[in-house]
Amino acid sequence: MARAAVPGRLAGRLSWQSARLVEHRDETPTARTLVLEVLDWPGHLAGQHVDIRLTADDGYQAVRSYSLAAASDHHRIEVTVQRVPDGEVSPYLVDVFSLGDTVEVRGPLGGWFVWRPTERAPVLLVAGGAGIVPLMAMVRARSAAGSRVPFRLTYSVRTPQEGYYEEELHRLQHGETGVDVTYIFTRSTPKGFARPPGRIGIRDLETPNRSPDGQPICFVCGPTGFVELVAGTLVTMGYDPGRVKTERFGPSGG
Amino acid sequence: MTENHQDGNALAGPLQEIFAVDITAAIGRCVSCGLAGPVATLRVYHRAPGLVARCPGCGEVVLRLVRSTHCAWLDLTGTVSLQIPL
Repeated sequence: MARAAVPGRLAGRLSWQSARLVEHRDETPTARTLVLEVLDWPGHLAGQHVDIRLTADDGYQAVRSYSLAAASDHHRIEVTVQRVPDGEVSPYLVDVFSLGDTVEVRGPLGGWFVWRPTERAPVLLVAGGAGIVPLMAMVRARSAAGSRVPFRLTYSVRTPQEGYYEEELHRLQHGETGVDVTYIFTRSTPKGFARPPGRIGIRDLETPNRSPDGQPICFVCGPTGFVELVAGTLVTMGYDPGRVKTERFGPSGG
Repeated sequence: MTENHQDGNALAGPLQEIFAVDITAAIGRCVSCGLAGPVATLRVYHRAPGLVARCPGCGEVVLRLVRSTHCAWLDLTGTVSLQIPL
């Protein structure tokens, strides 16, 4: 019997559940979004993650944590997996895992790096590479809830070919959505792009959303070095350290 | 800047096997330096027989978790207290 569904559940001990692949989309040549159907999924908040467990024929198990990419949607969850060369889990999920196949999942996990649609403060999102995933979930949760809170997304990627969710971000960039999207390219830029390639700096962060509803809340996600640089810069700029939330990608082993 | 650690967000799954509430949003206080902050901001080293979480202020170990097939060992010697939002 399914337990009672509590959207955005933050409590309760976990159990592993079966998840079936019902759709996939390639984001880049090395990253794929997986849409999984999980019959007993209790709902989640943007920013939470899910553990995925693979079991080999000999019983060997490997677990990896992935950020949830989409807003809560009944039985469906999405993750975007970047293939890590020589990884144990990601090459399977990106290249082999096929429609109808199953894995085990547990979640949702994490209650700190989350954004709730009831929040009123403006939001600054700063993503480095694959760190876009939980921040995209926040953008999508904002749309799903019809929230009018101003969002600013600054997305740093090495090259134009490596950005995830390109069409969706393009639509946000050019629509009256209340979500500002700015790209930073660190190695090469598209033709005619004004900002030269280079690491994110104070100038890329100096146009925060201020509003009567309070100081912005910042979510920063990316590799450790990126997160430390951005979080440190934001605090130097006067942001309240208690309102700069960070999530680092460590070497999870892929 | 070292790249060999994750942060306390990575403890969410392993700790939620044990606790009935999410512990990563709890405020922990370090025995060594007294710094208080969310468990999510700890530095987590996982290339070990278990998970080792260190204080972002002083680097001392505040939490260790080792999971075997049948049980979990949780060492909180380095933690004064956990203030858990309910």
